[in-house]
This record gives sequence, structure tokens and C-alpha cells, in this order.
Amino acid sequence: MPTETILSKIKERLPDAVLDITEFAGEHILHVKGQDILKVLTELKDDGFHFLADLTAIDNLTLGGFERFAVSYHLLSHKTTERATVKAYISEEKPSLPSVESLWKTADWQEREVFDLYGIKFEGHPNLIRIMNPDDYDGYPLRKDYPRLGRKERGDFPVIDRPIQKKKRQE
Amino acid sequence: MTRVTEQTLETDKMVLNFGPQHPATHGTLRIIMELEGETVTKATPEIGYLHSGFEKLGEDLDFNQYITITDRMNYLSPLCNNVAYALAAEKLIGIEVSKRTEYIRVLMCELSRIADHLLNVGMLAVDLGAMTAFLYGFKLREDIYDLFEIATGTRLTTSYTLVGGLMRDIPEGYDKAVLKVLDEVDEVANDIETLLNKNRIWQDRTKNIGIISKDDAISYGISGPMARATGIEWDIRVNEPYSRYDEFDFDVAIALNGDVFDRYLVRMEEIRQSIKICRQSLSKMPAGDVIVDPGLGYSLPPKDEVYNSIEGLIYHFEVTMPNRGMVPPVGEAYVPTESPNGELGFYIVSDGNRTPYRVRTRPPSLINYSIFSKLIEGHMLSDAPAILGSINIIAGELDR
Repeated sequence: MPTETILSKIKERLPDAVLDITEFAGEHILHVKGQDILKVLTELKDDGFHFLADLTAIDNLTLGGFERFAVSYHLLSHKTTERATVKAYISEEKPSLPSVESLWKTADWQEREVFDLYGIKFEGHPNLIRIMNPDDYDGYPLRKDYPRLGRKERGDFPVIDRPIQKKKRQE
Repeated sequence: MTRVTEQTLETDKMVLNFGPQHPATHGTLRIIMELEGETVTKATPEIGYLHSGFEKLGEDLDFNQYITITDRMNYLSPLCNNVAYALAAEKLIGIEVSKRTEYIRVLMCELSRIADHLLNVGMLAVDLGAMTAFLYGFKLREDIYDLFEIATGTRLTTSYTLVGGLMRDIPEGYDKAVLKVLDEVDEVANDIETLLNKNRIWQDRTKNIGIISKDDAISYGISGPMARATGIEWDIRVNEPYSRYDEFDFDVAIALNGDVFDRYLVRMEEIRQSIKICRQSLSKMPAGDVIVDPGLGYSLPPKDEVYNSIEGLIYHFEVTMPNRGMVPPVGEAYVPTESPNGELGFYIVSDGNRTPYRVRTRPPSLINYSIFSKLIEGHMLSDAPAILGSINIIAGELDR
């Protein structure tokens, strides 16, 4: 079954969860509500997309979209060599959605990475802690309102005047 | 005489800190291991020591500039990263590159794969005490890096691709240099296999160590040689061919047990298959240009035009200045490629500006490494370097 048919069938079965189906450059994208992601992915897994290739997030701050954050899942079927993308939208006020760790173990680390860099919480994740940044790190670096430079980090490293420099300055 | 019973020898649990700076980790990664005697009962990997924010940086660099960042990800096979990123950008923008470009890309990817696998097998061997195989592999890797230097100008930070083509064509007589090295690779691959395959110590240290089952491999998202060692017949080059891989004749190496020894065997066979692909690519190399229509505003004009003509210089500035050139469509593209470690994918989201809105790397090292704590459980401490070596973690790609 081609990807389009599978996705449109999902839309028939779960009309409340699916927001839209789009296509770009030959890729089919299923847009769903964040809270229903576990249901949608369970269905898709049963339909043959048994391999979660990639899990990441996008901050739609200036891009536009259904909500502020989109968590995107790249699925693959080894049998039919088809790929599908699922994007789950969640709001800025409550950035959380169900974890898919129960379906794929690979989601464990990838969800931790999304949590670390975007601050998106995954309900039911067994060990949701930061993975790249230190535990006491403040802020979510990949959010669009987090600047590439500045905001606090510089202040965390105090300037140390070395004796030689002091001497030079006095001269 | 009383016998020492097991009970009198009961030991406390010991927590061992493996890394972040340990010769067997080949990079900065840390594992906190709980030991019962010499058996590992629990291992918690801690990563992020080399986190450098490449993905954030990608949102500030245009499509051609980011290629220099991809060099620094998997620094053992940078050309594969260059090609993967260029493919993703080309898919997003909708550029079709020339046939010659694709053949050169295939040649470079396969040479990188040979170098990467040789180094990986060598490192695995040296961690387990077999020095000779490592030296054979390392010497040859240097020869392959010389080939990269001839073509790209540098050994490691190659930045060879551009969106729409290549930075420059391969020089004249390059095929002879490559063929000479390929013959050596053939010999060295045989030498390494003669040294290791039937070596009793090697077999004891690698067979039945770190076994991954087929179901686990799928659940953990394992790809590349590690997945193929468990019996999954999945090679993106064959199943979802990119860069005209469908025009080459080669076999997919698979093994069935999924242990360290099988991963080593798969890598050795892949070296042989890569030699085959390289030879075919050289013999069928089509003539033509390596940069597709520079009028699109993505590819830089050839360097000699930039340096020697005013039009070239102006065009160069037009491409590189902000608010000029490069108007990609609004959309997103995910392109998976078969890198030496597994599925290396680039996911680019564009909002129509000069710089991508979001650049995501699907890092095979990170995803393959997530199964490590499951693999090491119940094994001896000395098996840790064997399993780590067989996963082939590149810290630059792991943390990005």
C-alpha cells in the first residue's frame, strides 16, 4: 500500500486527531494533534511503518503552523521501503505530549534530546533528563527565542584578571 | 582443609567511572558502570561532552556554508556527511546535479567508507591487543587521506560538495592514483583477515559478545553495519538508491549472529564491496561539468573565474552576500543516506530565507549507541572496549 493511502486511511479512522495531510518534494507528511500521537503511531506501526528512523522537533515561532512546537517523527517500512513523516503539534503553554518509548526503544534518547534542547515534556518517559547539556543548565537552546550568543551564559564565566595583565594595565 | 565457598568471597558493588577521557573510548564519552566483581551489572552512558550546537549554528549559515560544519560531525568520513547534506539541500531546492558529479560523489563516499571501516576494525583490534592489524589499517587510511587531499585540498575538513555540485573536479590522472591504493586495500583487507579471522584470542574476545537480536535492532533504531550483522537486509544504497547507486553492481553484506565478530565481518566485506564500487565508478566515469547551472544563485562560480574575471567576482559576491541569491521554497526534506555507521539523514526545514529554518542531523552514532547499556549488562568489564569499538562511536557526531 502506498504511503498516501495509509495516511488517508489513518485520517478516516482518527478524524479528530489528524489535522492535515500535505506533500512536499515527494514526502508525505501527516499533521496530527500532539495528545493523539501515541494512538496515531500505534496505528501506523501496525500498518507496516515498524522503524522509527528519526525523532526531532521544530519551533514554529516564525515559521507558522498549527501550534508553536511540532515534534516530527520519520517512519520507515523495511518491507515496502516507504517513508512517512508525522508531525505532532503542541502548544506553547503546555508543551507536552505522550512518549512513544513504549513503541520504540530508540525514542528514549531522542525524546531526551528534544526535551533537553526544546523543553518539550514527554508524558510516560521513563527517564526524562537532559542528555546534551548539564542537568543544572537553564534554558532550551534550540528554541527560536534563545539567541545564538549572549543571554546569561557569558555572565556564568567570571573574568579573571591575571597578574601580568594587571601589571600592564597599571603601566 | 576447608574449601573457600562462594559466600565468603561475596563482594560489594563497585561503581566505576569509565571516561570521559579514556583511551578506549576514542572521544569524550563517559560510562558509569556498576560492577559485581568483574561483571558489569548496570551501565549508564553519559554523553554531551562534545556538544557544540551544530544544529543551532545551522540556522545562521546558508546552505553552502553549513557544509563546512558537516565535516566536523563524523570526522572519520567527512565526505559522506558533505554528500548527505548536499543531497538534502538539493532535494529541498529541487536541483538535479550532473551525472559526473554523482559518480564522483559515489567514489568519494566509498573511499571514505573504506577508510572509516579500516580505522574502526584497526581500533577494535588495538583495543583488544592486536597491534599489527591496526598498523596495517592505519597506514592505508593515510594513503586514502592523501587521495582526499589531492582532490579536495585537505585530509579531514574536506568541504568538497556544494549545493548543486562539487567544489572542483578531480584532477587528471586521479584514477591511476585511486586504483593503486585500491589494490593495496585489497591486499591489506586480506592481511587483516588472515591475522584475525581464525585467531583464537580474537574469536574468544569477540564471538558471542554484545549480541543484538533482530527485534532489538529494529526497536532501538539500529542501522548500518550493526543492523546488517543481525540479519536485517537493509542498505539504503540498494533499497532507496540515491546518487545513482542503482547503476552500480555490488552486494549487501549481512551476517546472522549480531555479535562483535559479525559486525567486524560485515565491515570487512563492505570494504571489498566498496572497492568494487570505486572501480566501477572510475571505469564508467562520465565526462561533463561538476557544477550545475550556476544561474540559480546557489553554487559559487569556479574559483579561477572569481580570481581572474570581474564578472566571476561580481557573481561570487551576489551569491555570498546576504539578501541576494538563494531563494529556496518553503518546505522540508529528509534525505537518508548510508554512511559508514548507518543511516545518516539530514532534515532541512526552510521558511524561504537564505538560511535554513531548521537543520537536523539524524546521527547514526547516537542512535546506535543507545543500545550499549543493554549490550554490556552481564558481560565482563574487559568486553566494554570490544562492544564500544564495534559500535564505532564518533563523538563529534554523537553530540553535535
